[in-house]
Amino acid sequence: MADYYEQKDLADFAHIGEYAPELGKKYFDYYGEALKDGALSAREKALIALAVATTQHCPYCIDAYTNQCLSLGVSQEEMMEAVHVGSAMVAGIVLAHSTQMRKIIKKKEM
Amino acid sequence: MDEPRIHPSFEQKMAAPLKAEGIDTFQINLGYRCNLECRHCHVEAGPNRRELLSRAVMEMCLQVLQCHPIPTIDITGGTPEMHPDFPWFLEECAALDRRILVRTNGVILLEGPYTPFLNLYAKHRVEVVVSFPHVDMKMTNRQRGEGVYSRLIEAVRMLNARGYGQPGSGLILNLVHNPSGAYLPGLQNSLENHYRQALKEKHGIVFNQLFCITNMPIGRYLTFLKKTENYEEYMTALVNAFNPATLESVMCKYSLSVGWDGKLYDCDFNQMLGMTVNHGAPEHIEMFDLNSLANRRIVTGNHCYGCTAGAGSSCRGEIA
Ligand code: SF4
Ligand code: SF4
Repeated sequence: MADYYEQKDLADFAHIGEYAPELGKKYFDYYGEALKDGALSAREKALIALAVATTQHCPYCIDAYTNQCLSLGVSQEEMMEAVHVGSAMVAGIVLAHSTQMRKIIKKKEM
Repeated sequence: MDEPRIHPSFEQKMAAPLKAEGIDTFQINLGYRCNLECRHCHVEAGPNRRELLSRAVMEMCLQVLQCHPIPTIDITGGTPEMHPDFPWFLEECAALDRRILVRTNGVILLEGPYTPFLNLYAKHRVEVVVSFPHVDMKMTNRQRGEGVYSRLIEAVRMLNARGYGQPGSGLILNLVHNPSGAYLPGLQNSLENHYRQALKEKHGIVFNQLFCITNMPIGRYLTFLKKTENYEEYMTALVNAFNPATLESVMCKYSLSVGWDGKLYDCDFNQMLGMTVNHGAPEHIEMFDLNSLANRRIVTGNHCYGCTAGAGSSCRGEIA
């Protein structure tokens, strides 16, 4: 247990149903359905997943979805733009929370 | 550097040895000469390669085809156009009235002495398979050389102008996608949709099908994997993606590959590894014997994981 995150542990994702196989199966069915070609293409979904993976700081998902995007022929520019969407969203969410701060300041100020 | 061990080996992974179930496709490698030197090339083809099929071996191939009604003749290289006897050989193949496929790099068709092949292919209704790794110019050029993308577009345009890839023409133009790096190809259907839309919108060009082919850890691609320290991770990805359902349709089960020197192989990949057919089947076209070859046991190795990962991979793309 030398490291918390190890690259080879990505392969263990297939076994997350261990100790709760029924829930695991339900999760994988859902995951598979949500990510496959639909009204949005698998490419578009892979880009969304990549943006989520970076905003959520998940090294496994970043690895998996960078590879998935490459496999689906997504260009570097498209990937980087997706990351910027995530980044701009996170920045916006942080700044939107300043509303709370500003409301408090205004209420307290003389 | 010692070769990292692949565990489990492909042989351990299979329940039973792989066996051929007939020969539907007779694949002939005309030689390793090519005007390009792509970074993923398992053949390590290039303009200075000297290995070319001799006229004598070409005649032996024609004789075998005359005696046996093998339905498909699949011609590959290098790029076949650079073989000086190819025009003659193509005419002879056409006279046999079989389905003929030619795997070309496309861009050769724009070069002076080779432009007549555009009409020759159309005349003999050859199915043309063009290597087209990516719809992104940068990615294609990185893999196949500066300026290749725009020449490819031009070549496809010229094929389209002769009816290739156009609905109702019966002239088949298929494209081949190969990953431009150390990763596996995505689902063929998704990539085909993406190619169709992008090529139509950006360049107004059309094609029939896209074949997604996994890069094999052989030749220049193997060198690239090792140099960039991607070999182990790539092989692990292949092993983890092993799909037993692909074993039914791996191409060696239904095809035979003839090398430039007349030697027989289970596939073009084994050819590059120098692994001739074995287990009692004759290893040279001179000794061709349909019965023993049609049921031969296949010679396999860890590179076979490339054909069996995910949706599988063959000369016609996905197989499962
Ligand atoms: S991949 Fe094809 S086009 Fe590229 S060097 Fe090899 S034979 Fe030539
Ligand atoms: S590399 Fe593929 S086609 Fe060749 S012998 Fe192995 S499984 Fe068969």
